[in-house]
Amino acid sequence: MASVAKEWREIPGRYNLIGTKCGNCGKIFFPSRDFCPVCRRKGIGKIEKYKVARTGEVYTFTVIYDAPDANVRQKPYAAAMVRTDDGILISGQLVDVDLDKIEIGMRVRAVLRKLDSDGASGVIHYGFKFVPEL
Amino acid sequence: MRDVAIIGVGTTAFGEHWDKSFRAIGIEAGMKAMADAGISGSDIDGMYIGNMSAGHFINQKNIASLIADYSGMSTNHIPATRIEAGGASGAVAFRQAFMAVASGLSDIVLVGGAEKMTDLDDVKINSVLDTTADAEWEAGMGMTFAGLHAMIAQRMIHDGTATREEIASFAVNSHYHGALNPDAQFRKAITLDTVLKSGLVASPLRVFDCAPISDGAASVVLCPLEDARKYTDSFVKVSAAEQASDTLALFQREDITSFGATVAAAQKAYRKAGITAKDIDVAEVHDVFTVSGIMALQDLGFFRKGEAGKAVLDGQCQVGGSAVAVNTSGGLKARGHPIGATGVAQIAEIAQQLRGRADKRQVENARYGLAQSTGGTGSVAAVTVMEAI
Repeated sequence: MASVAKEWREIPGRYNLIGTKCGNCGKIFFPSRDFCPVCRRKGIGKIEKYKVARTGEVYTFTVIYDAPDANVRQKPYAAAMVRTDDGILISGQLVDVDLDKIEIGMRVRAVLRKLDSDGASGVIHYGFKFVPEL
Repeated sequence: MRDVAIIGVGTTAFGEHWDKSFRAIGIEAGMKAMADAGISGSDIDGMYIGNMSAGHFINQKNIASLIADYSGMSTNHIPATRIEAGGASGAVAFRQAFMAVASGLSDIVLVGGAEKMTDLDDVKINSVLDTTADAEWEAGMGMTFAGLHAMIAQRMIHDGTATREEIASFAVNSHYHGALNPDAQFRKAITLDTVLKSGLVASPLRVFDCAPISDGAASVVLCPLEDARKYTDSFVKVSAAEQASDTLALFQREDITSFGATVAAAQKAYRKAGITAKDIDVAEVHDVFTVSGIMALQDLGFFRKGEAGKAVLDGQCQVGGSAVAVNTSGGLKARGHPIGATGVAQIAEIAQQLRGRADKRQVENARYGLAQSTGGTGSVAAVTVMEAI
């Protein structure tokens, strides 16, 4: 069972897609990185917070039939890699969608949803999922 | 640096070994390898064990000590080290042993790989497998290990670099060979229809696109090449053992239909061995999913992007086919995939091929062989090249 602190410290990324941007090379990172793997030492002290675009298009997807315990009640459910409008790839679930009508290139936007929970009395995990853009 | 030889190999049968414990299978493989090498336990001065997740699967950590103890090595107090690198644990353990012998720090080193998976139920096992992806930003967001590979397959199909049938044909190739391997978990040939009509796991991948859950162990013995003849007349040279890394999460890569770590490790390995992909006669590749096998054949340089699926579907990679023989052991799909054992078992299969001991699945006049192993979604890759002596 995960601790509350483990959940709490990831809230900016999980809820609001807050990543980082390297002030040296301009590369965007999601999830956030405090160290730019491209610029390494040259990027130190130049990493800024960056709010990733919440809209984008499906780059690839799958419908998951064989699910872990945490998601067993949702199956089958869709998951996708989404290319956001600012050009970065993010993985997330794709919900409120007809599973037979998902296509690569389809427009989606990120919304806040319940992800799963650590049992009946544990921490409830929230985070972004993607829905079709209307 | 010294040249290094493999002088003995040993594997257990792979499968669901309800009657055997982790320690029992680990010792069985090690004993077979030592008998094959013609050495005694007191000759060994180092041990590396590939194991992904005994901590989860059997609630046991510190397993290098466990194996050293139960194999009688702890009476000599030899150093024993466990290596974890996801699905590549066994291959990376092999490379550590290779470096120990090449450097001169150790002389005779035993490499083991072992995993006991069936003591957990299927759903829990899958959650353990998901931990080799990014636990926070992939598994924690609902991605599964199969789902991530399914998204690679979906993209390949979209890009036109493989068809659904071509991807499925990799399992047909692996099962064709598994039927010839008495130690394989599944010793039965299948057709394309078997794959395409099996249950969905993560679309477009189905049950027969996925490696099974297995128990098993494998072991090889290494020594300096110049000393090999002291122990046996039948040995192979390790021409290169290379390893490379990539981002942990799949979504952090520019291209998800090629594993950069495999490309990097293969290029280094070919350079070290002084050969090219064309020189390889037989290869064991990491077909944890059919799509991973297809990608591996392209990343290793056997085929151009978009060509591997056609060749496999055409049967070119079967023993006696026109291209490199691939996964003569049955691969992860049919031989079985006890994770930590897999990388070592691949190397053992190639060594047997190069020694001319692969029986019904023997590749004629095999001179160079290669084993490729990956962990996570290609975040680690190990490529080993061996040469017949």
